[in-house]
Amino acid sequence: MNSDVILRVEHVTMRFGGLVAINDLSFDVRRGEITALIGPNGAGKTTVFNCVTGFYRPSMGMISMTQKNGTVCNLERMTDFTINREAKVARTFQNIRLFTGLTVLENLLVAQHNVLMRASGYTVLGLLGFRGYRDASKAAIENARHWLERADLLDRADDPAGDLSYGAQRRLEIARAMCTGPELLCLDEPAAGLNPRESLELNKLLRGILADTGTSLLLIEHDMSVVMEISDHVVVLEYGTKISDGTPDEVKNDPKVIAAYLGVDDEEVDEVLEEITHVTDEAQA
Amino acid sequence: MTVSSTNPADKQQGLVARGLREAFFAGLISLGMFSLYIGLKTDQNMRNELVLVTRWGLLATLVILAMIGRFLMIVVVQPRLAARKSAKATAAHGQAEVPGFVARNLTAIAVVALLLFPPVIVSLFGMQGSLKWIDNFGIQILIYVMLAWGLNIVVGLAGLLDLGYVAFYAVGAYSYALLSTYFGLSFWVLLPMAGILAAFWGVILGFPVLRLRGDYLAVVTLAFGEIIRLVLINWVEVTKGTFGVSGIAKASVFGIWSFDVSAPNNFAKAFDLPMSSAYYKIFLFYVILALCAVTAYVSIRLRSMPIGRAWEALREDEIACRSLGINTVTTKLTAFATGAMFGGFAGAFFGARQGFVSPESFVFLESAVILAIVVLGGMGSLVGIAIAAVVMVGGTELLRELTFLKAIFGPDFTPELYRMLIFGLAMVTVMVLKPRGFVGSRQPTAFLHERKAVSGSFTKEGHG
Repeated sequence: MNSDVILRVEHVTMRFGGLVAINDLSFDVRRGEITALIGPNGAGKTTVFNCVTGFYRPSMGMISMTQKNGTVCNLERMTDFTINREAKVARTFQNIRLFTGLTVLENLLVAQHNVLMRASGYTVLGLLGFRGYRDASKAAIENARHWLERADLLDRADDPAGDLSYGAQRRLEIARAMCTGPELLCLDEPAAGLNPRESLELNKLLRGILADTGTSLLLIEHDMSVVMEISDHVVVLEYGTKISDGTPDEVKNDPKVIAAYLGVDDEEVDEVLEEITHVTDEAQA
Repeated sequence: MTVSSTNPADKQQGLVARGLREAFFAGLISLGMFSLYIGLKTDQNMRNELVLVTRWGLLATLVILAMIGRFLMIVVVQPRLAARKSAKATAAHGQAEVPGFVARNLTAIAVVALLLFPPVIVSLFGMQGSLKWIDNFGIQILIYVMLAWGLNIVVGLAGLLDLGYVAFYAVGAYSYALLSTYFGLSFWVLLPMAGILAAFWGVILGFPVLRLRGDYLAVVTLAFGEIIRLVLINWVEVTKGTFGVSGIAKASVFGIWSFDVSAPNNFAKAFDLPMSSAYYKIFLFYVILALCAVTAYVSIRLRSMPIGRAWEALREDEIACRSLGINTVTTKLTAFATGAMFGGFAGAFFGARQGFVSPESFVFLESAVILAIVVLGGMGSLVGIAIAAVVMVGGTELLRELTFLKAIFGPDFTPELYRMLIFGLAMVTVMVLKPRGFVGSRQPTAFLHERKAVSGSFTKEGHG
């Protein structure tokens, strides 16, 4: 696995008035890997996402994105829509944000706005009926068809997005984000509200995206089965601070993580650690 | 086994009997209710005494009307509604109904009908008699169609609630009025210029309201409309204030023929026709028809272009738009500018048609009427909006013509006074029956397998 860094978060702090949502957070997302960001509720995971995708501007720190061609973008200085357009970072939302009144296909076409906009000569040439726009819009529909197939939504292409089931809406949102042609895809709780079968399909879709397009993934997830199964690298947050960083196995056995999830005071961590090692030793013996 | 009496003749007879019975009771109730309100009236006579006036004739008319209404409701309307309901229920299971000939060729039929409208009217009512129909109905309705289609881009597609749209109409009208009187430029030069100036003002309005949504946006646009009107009233040196600009040059047939009576290339003189003002109106009818056609063409094309899709996406979810790399600032500004541009075109046309513009023509009520047309027609639907404009504008004009009501309510009755009342009732009725407007569904701009209309329950109205 090549291990060059695609997204580097360095000493990012985010304050809302007196509240410190993220405190001096640093981590790397490596290219071609699935990185998971986990942590208890209110740990600041979505805030990290919003900082990365430009919806918030961090109070301190640097977020740099290295593209395939070597261009480095400083995300903390860019506005939200340029982060998608120039830096090639796409995202989904915790509470699904689809264009419910547009059809499934139209949702994917909106995602190709910038490509089509250039092809239509910023509307002027397209309005006059130039060929370039017609070709580009055919290509856009083909691209959309490809992603609909991947997301298993091809037969629902002409239905309104609001008419889809919850799981299908999640897949559509991922397909829509992929239609912008990102190098890094940020998924905010993609498995939330899915049943086990849908969850499995989602894993397959995400693995497929990684394998076929080389898009790196950064995801927030609560469902540990998803996290442990598909991620290559896990970062754990608690109260806005990183408490663990490593492979799923390392993180799973990190006493700090266990403490954070079980809710133990800091002083008791060593105690719990001893207990755990004791228990596992007994089990092995 | 009993044979059920489903014989249609029997059924019909039972229905009529029931209708008569119900009509009788309706008559009794209305008689009881109206006898004091309408049958008796107190008046002051010459000596300032109260006298009782009886109006039995009017009372009888109303009671009979109530009886007839109840009878028709029972015998005709209710069975028909029930039949339609059951037909719909059965059709829902079968294949989708195939649209009829009229529905399929609606646009073509409408265009042909509109092109033939002036000659037909002239042949029916003569040159002078056609004026009312072509000017008051034809041109008036088409101006509102154009304005509503322009506003539709802002409100219906982009979901930005604009209560001051009439400001752009005013900008267009005054651009034409002032530039033609001060600089003597012709209509065909000033028409695009009025559009550009209005679009410019659209952008000026757009900038401060970019961060506003919903109610706040509506209030600021309302204020903008008032600011423009107040500037027109108070900047007396240029706009002549409340007196308005009069004697605005008429439009010419591309400079070849003029409609000025004194001009050597007068249209009527050139063709040796008797002098009449109807030629100018007919010409204007075709001009506004062409302008409407341009508006419709551009609206339809823009919807299937990335910018149009971005407008609709903006209406649905602005944050999602930004996450997909769409610059919402320019998207909003282009929506304002495009909508304003069509308002400007309509304004310049209005100036050329009236020959006189004053701030009185651009009050808030106009904005409200245009917005009402858009909402009534179904936000985003060109056909629905055109129908709504015909109903709203044509309907109010038509109510002026209802002189036969005098025969019922006595010679003092003036239908003009009631037209706003009837109009309001009609609007409430329409919105109760069709809450999403005449055309509540949305046609998708692209499809893979088949084009299916998107039900209005999925589309959002936008939050500004």
